[in-house]
Amino acid sequence: MKRLPYAPRALWRFFLSLPLSGRIGLVISLLWIFIALFGSMLAPYGMEDVSNASAFGPPSSAYWLGTDYLGRDLFTRILVGARYSIGLALAAALLASICGTLLALLATVIGHWFDEIVSRLVDALLITPSKIFALLMIAIYGSSLPVLILTAAVTYMPGAYRIAHAQAVGLNAMEYVMVARMRGESIWHIASREILPNMIHPMMADFGLRFVYIILMLSGLSFLGLGVQPPYADWGSLVRENLSGLFDGSPAVVMPALAIATLTIGTNLLIDSLTSRKRIKIKEGQS
Amino acid sequence: MNSFVLKMIGRRIGVGLLTLLVVSALIFFMSNLLPGDAAQVALGQSATPETVAALRKQFGLDQPVLWRYFSWLAGLVTGNFGVSYASSIPVRTIVGDRIVNTLMLASVSTAVSVPIALIVGIVSAIYRGSRLDRVLGVLTMSVVAVPEFLVASLAVMLFAVKLHWVPALSFSADTSTLIGFLKAYSLPVLVLCCVVMAQMVRMTRAALINQLDSAYVEMATLKGLRLRRIVLFHAMANVVGPIVNAMALSLSYLLGGVIIVETIFSYPGLATTFVDAVSNRDLPVVQFCVLFFSVCYLLLLLLADIFTIVFNPKLRKS
Repeated sequence: MKRLPYAPRALWRFFLSLPLSGRIGLVISLLWIFIALFGSMLAPYGMEDVSNASAFGPPSSAYWLGTDYLGRDLFTRILVGARYSIGLALAAALLASICGTLLALLATVIGHWFDEIVSRLVDALLITPSKIFALLMIAIYGSSLPVLILTAAVTYMPGAYRIAHAQAVGLNAMEYVMVARMRGESIWHIASREILPNMIHPMMADFGLRFVYIILMLSGLSFLGLGVQPPYADWGSLVRENLSGLFDGSPAVVMPALAIATLTIGTNLLIDSLTSRKRIKIKEGQS
Repeated sequence: MNSFVLKMIGRRIGVGLLTLLVVSALIFFMSNLLPGDAAQVALGQSATPETVAALRKQFGLDQPVLWRYFSWLAGLVTGNFGVSYASSIPVRTIVGDRIVNTLMLASVSTAVSVPIALIVGIVSAIYRGSRLDRVLGVLTMSVVAVPEFLVASLAVMLFAVKLHWVPALSFSADTSTLIGFLKAYSLPVLVLCCVVMAQMVRMTRAALINQLDSAYVEMATLKGLRLRRIVLFHAMANVVGPIVNAMALSLSYLLGGVIIVETIFSYPGLATTFVDAVSNRDLPVVQFCVLFFSVCYLLLLLLADIFTIVFNPKLRKS
């Protein structure tokens, strides 16, 4: 067998190290990310192409998942919609995780009053219920893609901050950090070289969770008609626009919702297997 | 209950009120830092400066912001919630019946879901690792991980379209008779219960397992006590606080769930009003709804904290 280049090889090794549920989760997640990138090229029809089949048509060989309320191919719309659902959520989750981590890092390293102020502010954000807060933001600023990304990021940043803060405080008390301080290293060096590298792994697992939450929130907003606006459509909008077919039992409502479900459950499986694997390692270390 | 516990509860309520004040300020000032104020938004881009100025005067937007905040607060306390920008009807008349409808839906769901979730959570904690527990674990994890509208649409597909047990469009039915009431409420309540119960079961199970791992339970087991006795008399006494806490926190998922469920079943509740107001950018209604839902949320958190304090034996004895 030809040797694979480095990145796929590392991925393959990572795949082998996971339990079965984690492997399933990884495959599903990667598949959806691939579709988000190349979905519009894979799609058998155009996003707006109206077929000559009737509206809410059943699945057939020409239209794999049936047609929507205007007689458009549902399979195509789900493939293309993946870009908005996954793209927006990835952007928002990255923003939330990175901001939360950096802020927690700064708060810990600078310490005292700065830490106190930032932590209290984050607490204030944390007590406002997330969906309600998102609706308020959209009522005030209107719904557009930047507003959606920012809203989701601001809503889920406090959670990331809390996790990162707990990590950073623990690491900050470690002896090697104290040694670095006594060596006279600057706080930037301590933050970026001593503490941050050890926070990356737990924050990656947390990032997966944030991603799932944000997918659910954004699709919920789109379902209410307050998220991604036409002519663009993410999976939540697809559910909304086909809602009239629900009471006739059309699959057009359930399919986009199932797409969301496979993605979120897949990601959850992957994260679960990652965190439980780490727990085993910790236990081995203790015994 | 002693004076120390009472003092702690009093302090917690004080903190709650303070939080509420902060939240109200957050809501008000966020919505007043608009680029181009509400009058501009209501009239659109093409409005002349004169009409905008007139509307600003009518809404009272020409007053200083701080003064408007305090008069808004005073209005909230006296039951005057302002006037809708979109329809010029007082907010109070718009939301009046709808609050009752939403609270109705939420309380029926609570009454159904809490006992079932308790039993399921306890059973799966006792028989943890068994096949039943694993199935329940996967089930609750899936319900938490999928969007609420998937649960709702699957329920409609199954019970209304395939089985014809309930009418699909529930709120055309009259709710005066028992049968009509059951038909109208069963589907929305079922969906809400699914969403909330998944959370509750997970949290109850986690709280109880935490206790079952402790030394005194091991001691009781070694003494040869029956499992039922250990759980009901030994572990339960310590776990009531965390479980009630978990219940109150999971009920906050009702707030998110109720918005989706009301929309999908076109239920005439506060959440549908809220969503309409958000898409019309009708700020007085939005502000009221946000405040109302925040108050509910804070009340649940407060309740959770108070139960934790009351049921903590360490605090009771000291």
